[in-house]
Amino acid sequence: MSLFDLFSDYTLRNVALGAMVLGIVSGILGCFAVLRRQGLLGDALSHAALPGIAIAYLLTGSKAPIVLLLGAGIAGWVGTLVINRIVRDTRISEDSALGIVLSVFFGVGILLLTYIAKRNDANQAGLDRFLFGQAATLVATDVLTMSILGGLALGCLVLLYKEFKLLAFDPAFAASLGFAPNRLGILLTSLIVVAIVIGLQTVGVVLMAAMLVGPAVAARQWTHRLSVMLLLSGVFGAAAGIAGTMLSLGQQHVPTGPMIILSLTAIVAISLLFAPARGLVWAKLRQNHAINNEPRNREIQPAKGE
Amino acid sequence: MNTDAKPLAIHDLTVAYQDKPVLWDIDLSVPTGVLAAIVGPNGAGKSTLIKATLGLMPVAAGTVQMFGQPYAKARQMVGYVPQRSSVDWDFPTNALDVVLMGTYGQLGWIKRPSKADREWALHCLEQVAMADFAQRQISQLSGGQQQRVFLARALAQRAQLYLMDEPFVGVDAVTERAIISLLQQLRSDGKTVICVHHDLDSAPEYFDWVALLNVRMIAAGPMKTIWTPENISQTYGGRTQNLIRGAA
Repeated sequence: MSLFDLFSDYTLRNVALGAMVLGIVSGILGCFAVLRRQGLLGDALSHAALPGIAIAYLLTGSKAPIVLLLGAGIAGWVGTLVINRIVRDTRISEDSALGIVLSVFFGVGILLLTYIAKRNDANQAGLDRFLFGQAATLVATDVLTMSILGGLALGCLVLLYKEFKLLAFDPAFAASLGFAPNRLGILLTSLIVVAIVIGLQTVGVVLMAAMLVGPAVAARQWTHRLSVMLLLSGVFGAAAGIAGTMLSLGQQHVPTGPMIILSLTAIVAISLLFAPARGLVWAKLRQNHAINNEPRNREIQPAKGE
Repeated sequence: MNTDAKPLAIHDLTVAYQDKPVLWDIDLSVPTGVLAAIVGPNGAGKSTLIKATLGLMPVAAGTVQMFGQPYAKARQMVGYVPQRSSVDWDFPTNALDVVLMGTYGQLGWIKRPSKADREWALHCLEQVAMADFAQRQISQLSGGQQQRVFLARALAQRAQLYLMDEPFVGVDAVTERAIISLLQQLRSDGKTVICVHHDLDSAPEYFDWVALLNVRMIAAGPMKTIWTPENISQTYGGRTQNLIRGAA
């Protein structure tokens, strides 16, 4: 398995390109979820997408990715609005609201998948691949769809970069300037739903949250600038996608989605430990250095000299 | 725009949180060119008054006008300094970038800050003696320096009226002096400044106008006439006689 195989073999190329597009889009959009301390949001929304897939199939009888993903997107978006309403209209805190939506929507999704499986419908096989993803089934049109959706979401982000930055840093100030933080927040969350839809075929609803949080957390370790963080996060996401594809489609044929997540985990671990300014290893070394140079220790030295 | 209108006129404002009134039937009219303090005990609704004024929280009743217009139409004339603790200072950005956010309101949607806006932001940082820290990551600034960055951001708004929520909290003595001389400078330029302030000792020294608040508006007007032991004691429920210094 070499990089050359990756781009000459038709199947490999689609999987690698799909994983890369997913990594870039979820990496960049995930930064805003992480900076707004909404790391759990991606998890809730990706789980919320599952009943949408089942309902789309029940209504149309079609397994075309575009139909199922549209259902997933609508369900994820409904999840967004439900979370928003719960936080606004009740005393329930945001993390509890996310937890409620995650488990209720996912439960309904599993229920519907089970119902579909028991209908003795020969056509239904394979819907459960959206649970953990099945990247090997990606074809060229899927990759094209992912690229177009991702491009639109990122285009939206570029257009409203200033507003999203202000929203993430200081929502009250954004409101005082008239930038409607509530509506901006819903728009940003909708873009994250797009990223989730892109990832469902590749990594599935259960692991998708890691694609949103992982690259952003890793990228934050290496830079103090938002624009650099976004770019790095996209690069980390893409690297994890390609590395996971190569590792999974080598000799052993292990599933791609989990390998992408494991590759990402390695990037996150290295970043948390070794990033120059914020890495835990350097912090520990600095701490030890400080202890060794503490006045208390130095006071002993003159005594030695006497 | 009505140039004779008061910078801030609040009429019958009531704000409730889950059925419990936080502000009750507030009337307040602040004249042009004063340095005003909103003073009152913890839980008096001082910050709530600022936030309700700016439409950051729902009001149960009442009207707020700035320069004779509702806030939505007067935004460009109003600068806001939130409490320093209201944001995450570990956000990946530098001091200049935060100040630049003060220009976003006039830029409007989508449009990006220009080179002239950057120069203006740097100029605002100079006004708070922070120009040397323009490129500094904001988490590496001291509390006082962070507060000055927030003030510079408000200056960047080019406002006529400034609303500031506890600008002196957690800052060092040098910064406190720098802030107060900046506020006095704004006043002599004809701007109006309203600060939430909790320190009874420094209030009469720093400000020339005061609103005493404890859920209801106890008294409001020029410091000389309002800052009496009776008014202060009424605001604080009679518990803080010996805290008051300099009261007429």
